[in-house]
Order: sequence, then C-alpha cells, then structure tokens
Amino acid sequence: MVEVVRGLTGWGRTAPTMARVGSVTSAESVAEILRARPVRGVIARGLGRAYGDAAQNAGGTVLDMTSLGKIHDLDLRNGRITVDAGASLGDLIAVLVPLGWFLPVVPGTRHVTVGGAIASDIHGKNHHLEGSFCDHVRSFELVTPKGDQVTVTPETPAGIFAATAGGMGLTGVIVSASIDLLAIETAHMAVDTERAGDLEQVMARMTSGDADHRYSVAWIDCLAHGRQLGRSVLIRGDHAPARDAPDLRRRSASSAVSVARLAAPRWMPNGLLRHSTVAAFNEAYFRHAPTRELGRLQPLHGFFFPLDAMRDWNRMYGRQGFLQYQMVLPFGAEASLRMILERLSGAGAAACLAVLKRLGPGRGLLSFPTSGWTLALDLPATSDLVGLLDALDLLVANAGGRVYLSKDSRLRPELLSSMYPDLESWESVRQGLDPNRVMRSDLSRRLGLGTTAATQS
Amino acid sequence: MKDSLGSVQSVLVLGGGSDIALATVRLLVADRTRKVILAARAPERLAGVMAELRCAGAQTVEAVAFDADAIDSHDRLIDDIFDRHGDMDMVLIAFGRLGDQASMLENHQEAAGLIHTNFTGSVSVLLAVARRLRTQGHGSLVVLSSVAAERVRRSNFIYGSSKAGLDGFAQGLGEELTASAISLLVVRPGMVHTKMTKGMKSVPFATTPEKVAAAIVAGVRRNARIVWVPAPLRGVMFVLRHLPTPLFRRLDL
Repeated sequence: MVEVVRGLTGWGRTAPTMARVGSVTSAESVAEILRARPVRGVIARGLGRAYGDAAQNAGGTVLDMTSLGKIHDLDLRNGRITVDAGASLGDLIAVLVPLGWFLPVVPGTRHVTVGGAIASDIHGKNHHLEGSFCDHVRSFELVTPKGDQVTVTPETPAGIFAATAGGMGLTGVIVSASIDLLAIETAHMAVDTERAGDLEQVMARMTSGDADHRYSVAWIDCLAHGRQLGRSVLIRGDHAPARDAPDLRRRSASSAVSVARLAAPRWMPNGLLRHSTVAAFNEAYFRHAPTRELGRLQPLHGFFFPLDAMRDWNRMYGRQGFLQYQMVLPFGAEASLRMILERLSGAGAAACLAVLKRLGPGRGLLSFPTSGWTLALDLPATSDLVGLLDALDLLVANAGGRVYLSKDSRLRPELLSSMYPDLESWESVRQGLDPNRVMRSDLSRRLGLGTTAATQS
Repeated sequence: MKDSLGSVQSVLVLGGGSDIALATVRLLVADRTRKVILAARAPERLAGVMAELRCAGAQTVEAVAFDADAIDSHDRLIDDIFDRHGDMDMVLIAFGRLGDQASMLENHQEAAGLIHTNFTGSVSVLLAVARRLRTQGHGSLVVLSSVAAERVRRSNFIYGSSKAGLDGFAQGLGEELTASAISLLVVRPGMVHTKMTKGMKSVPFATTPEKVAAAIVAGVRRNARIVWVPAPLRGVMFVLRHLPTPLFRRLDL
C-alpha cells in the first residue's frame, strides 16, 4: 500500500494532524498492515464526515477505505445487501432505490461509508421506531488488530459486535457488511410540517405524534429566548405509497440521488456564521415554514439529505472551522434540556442547524443512542465556547446523558465514564481484541480510550 | 491532543522556572492540561510549584534539569522526555538571561555567552523539539520573543538582539513547520515585571506574567502566529520601528 503523509481533519476542519494515509484495495492488505503494527498505530477512515478527530491518527497510519466499495451480493427477494465497507450510503441508495429498496437507517448526509456507519452506529430520523444502523446489520467482516478476518454477528461471543457497533474503529477494521433493507414503493416522501411556538409545544407534539410517523425531526431555533425558547419546525414523514404518487415516475433514481450543483467556495472568511446572521436566518426559516401542512410530497434526497445540496458546505465557517455538539438526555430530564437551551441562547452562541429528535433504547457498548431527547447543533469554533460547552457537558453527564463521540472534538476525558456506563465493558472487549494497541486515533488519545494514563501516544 | 478549541492536555516548558512559564502552566492546568514537564536550570527549586500544580489537577508533573548552554545535551534530554512521557501537545520556550549590559559592553566573552544561551541554546532546543513534534504528527510551539524583535533599544541591545535573532529564527521555523501541522506562536511582550526584571525602571506598556500567559493561551487557541502583549504594542512598535533614528534616540529608551 502506497502511503502519503497528509494533514487530516474531521468535517469541522479543526485540529489538523499529520498521518501516513494509504488507500486500501483489498481486505488481505488490511490484515497485513495490522499485523505489521505500524508506528503510532492505525485507524480506518471513510469519507471523513465525523466532525472531530475520530478518523485521524497523528504520526500514525490512516487507512483510506473509500476504494473498497464493491457490492458482493444483492438479495432483492428478502431485501439484503452484502457490500464492502468503503461503499458510501449514497452509492448504495443510487443502486437500491430504482429496485424498490432503501436503507432502513440513514443519517443526515449520504456521504458516509458503511464502515463508518457501523463504527459510529449512526442513527437517523427514525430511531424512535427503527433503532440505529447496527440494528439492521446482520453481520460484518472485521479484520482484528491481530490480523485475523472474522465474521461478526450479534451472537458472536466476547461481545465483539456490541463493542464494534459505535466502537469508533478501535476494535479493528470493518471490511464488509451484510445489511437488511427496507422495501419502498416510490422515491418520494409524504411530509407533514408544523410550527411549534416553544419547547413545551414541540416536545409534546413529538411525544404524542412520533409513533404515527416513521421519520420525525424538529429543526429548533437555539437562539430564541424567553417565551419563544425552543421554537421549532417539526417535520415528520413516511415513504409515499404508490397510490399517493401516481403521476410521478416510480422509483426514479434521480429523485433519490441528486448531484450537488452548488459548492461552497474554497475560501470563506471567519465569522460569516455569527449570532446576528444565524438569528436572521433562523427568523426567516421559522416564518417561511408552514404553520401546519400535511401530506406534501417531497423527493427522498430533499427530505433525508438537505445539506448534501451544497458540496463542502463546511467551508462556510472559514479557516477557524466549526464543531458540532450533539448530546442525548434521558426522558424525564426535560428540565435539563430547557436549561441547555437557556444557556445557549443566553451565551449568544451562534448555534446553527440545530435539530431535536427522540431516540429509543440503544445497544452498543460505546454507541451513542439511548432513550431520550437528542439535540445536535453546529457552532463556529471560537475560543469563547470552552467554558460554555464544558458546562453543558457537566449538565448532560449529571442528567444521565451523553455526548456523541462521532461529533465530538473537545470533550474532557474525565466525563467519559459517567456518560458511557458500559465503558469498562467496552475496554475489556477492546483489550482482548487489541492488547498491543494497534488501533489508535486522535480521539482515542484525547479521550484516553484504550490507553493507560502513563503512555499517552 | 489539542482539541478543536485549542485546549491542550500536555505541556513541556523549557525554562520551567520563569514567572511567565509558571503563569502559563497554571492557566493550562486550570483548563484541561494534565501532564506538565518543567525543564529548568534548577529543577529542585520547583518542588512547591509542582505540588501546587498537582493540587490543581495535574496528574503527571515532573521537573528535569535543562542546561540551555549545553547544546550536545539537548537531543538526549528531549528524546528522554518524549520517550518517557509520550506526546507533548504544547512546548513553550521560556528561558533567557537578561545579563548586565554595562558589564557585557566591557567583556565580550560575557556578551557572547548571553547570545549563546538566549539565541543559540534556543535554536538548538527548538530544532530538537521540532524533530519530535514532526514524528508525533501534531504540536504547538510557543517561543517567547520580545518587542525588541521590532526595534532593539540602546539600553539593553545585547539582550534585545538575542531576542531579535530568536524571533527571526522562530518565524522561519514556523513557516517550515506549517506543512507538518505544527503551529508556532511567537510572543512579543513589552517589558514584563518578573523576577528577571526586578528593580528595573518601568516603561510604558509594561505588562505582567499573568497577562502574557493569557495571551499565550489565547494565541494557541486561535493558532495565531504572532501575539503582542499588550496588544496595542503592535501599533506602537510599528511606529517606533519607522521612527527616524534622531527621533528614536531622543526617546532615550
């Protein structure tokens, strides 16, 4: 494998580090590399959509998996696909939709690899009903840190599945997976949209109405305060059945996959997205949303992947970059959610693209989703956020919640064990798989995952 | 690792006994720095400071002997620190001798010795550190320069010139390291009230170790290349540097 030394960041374009990056073209080469135990370890990297430092490895090796993208098997009768880990969800959807199938769980962008989807145990707008990505993974092939290729199912002993689902790539390299699919009739969604004037309203509507819709998400205005704290646009949808879209081309692939014609310029000034501009955008977006609209037909890509419309939209934050803060608070901790929104709007934080969702119970040992309310928001990476986000972390930890490691780029290691009560179990599975600490990433270094306190490299 | 908002988890200070160094380390430990290595001429004098840092939350605190003049010892020292303690997110070069200008004017060997410590010693240890930072694939270097880098003043031009030279070297090294994802911050304070400058006549825009420390931490967060402490000195020095010599001489600095 040819390695090139390159600077890498996450989607937030912060905290760059140098790594030897090599493109992987076969599962066998992965085993060889892991057995060789490169200096400062290895981590696999997909399409780099983790916001922080999960897929970078300072001074070490990074395996670019995106060239490993073949579909091995497509069972159209039972709805199952077996595919290399480097294939993107977007590529899969482009193939599947014309054939009447979809992925049961998709995140907010289609530019995520299958391996990344498993390692982050991604969730979508339907977690409250359908769980996370790994709940639909029948099995995956894992190259262990010792260099063996094993087939892993939820029944595999020693908890390898549960440790790898959401395991941030630290249990080995996923090279392929077998995923259950969702049958669909059209490439459109039937969407209900309504405005909610404040946090209580949106939470009440989500609690009472979510079970009636497959997909549910609230865009929430994190800058609103006072009586409008938590004002939102609640968007809920279902796959449109054939009878509701008779004059539309059935299962047209172009409805599901659009080529993004818009691209953010290479250079943008810092501070374009600041409190004043975000507040203006939020006001416009809220007013523009219908007070109540039922059953509007929307193409798949617009419903699931609105941000994919602009390539490299992360450049809008300029050189200073940005971070995403996503946390979940258990049901019952609504007061803490209110406090968090109050702190955010009180601090004048330029929180963009904030969404609120309800999550159901989760499974993976280090996997993020757990029953409760999840709030995700983007923030420009300005120094004044340190105290605010540290305070929010404490609030979240004390309320029994956690922060999403695939979005995280600045959590303090001390809080990790209280946020993830299964951390110790995860560490012992990881230790069994990787006693020599072959798998390493900047995230694992920063958070002390799989390291002892003394040897922090 | 340095996180997305510029907080560091480990720091190595060369010149670990200096007031500015200690003020900086205190700020870092109050944030989330848990590993502190202080390399100083007299490490035994740092016991009190080390205890204070441990109380403040640092988990690993060590003081090691560092001789800026002993160029041949620098590789061994730096390798030993990195080998035993792992990654260093931030390395601060905070040593330097002020010297006695009047004495050095009479004694060229003394003057050469000062230049050797402040300039050559810094160049040597910076290159040794840069080598390890490149291996670890990340890092933030901070070099304490001085406003003298803009224009040396007559009253301490030997010290000033050692800082001016170091400033130029640091700028070049910073450029060299950009391609390696290593940032280098040059700090240009005016006169700082420390034990090194005790008894000296104060000048306008003098500052304190705490203010310099705050500027260092903020500069590292922003990935800045140069910070002036206090900030208005940037404009002041710009003017002073272009002041015709007869006028500058009249200022009697």
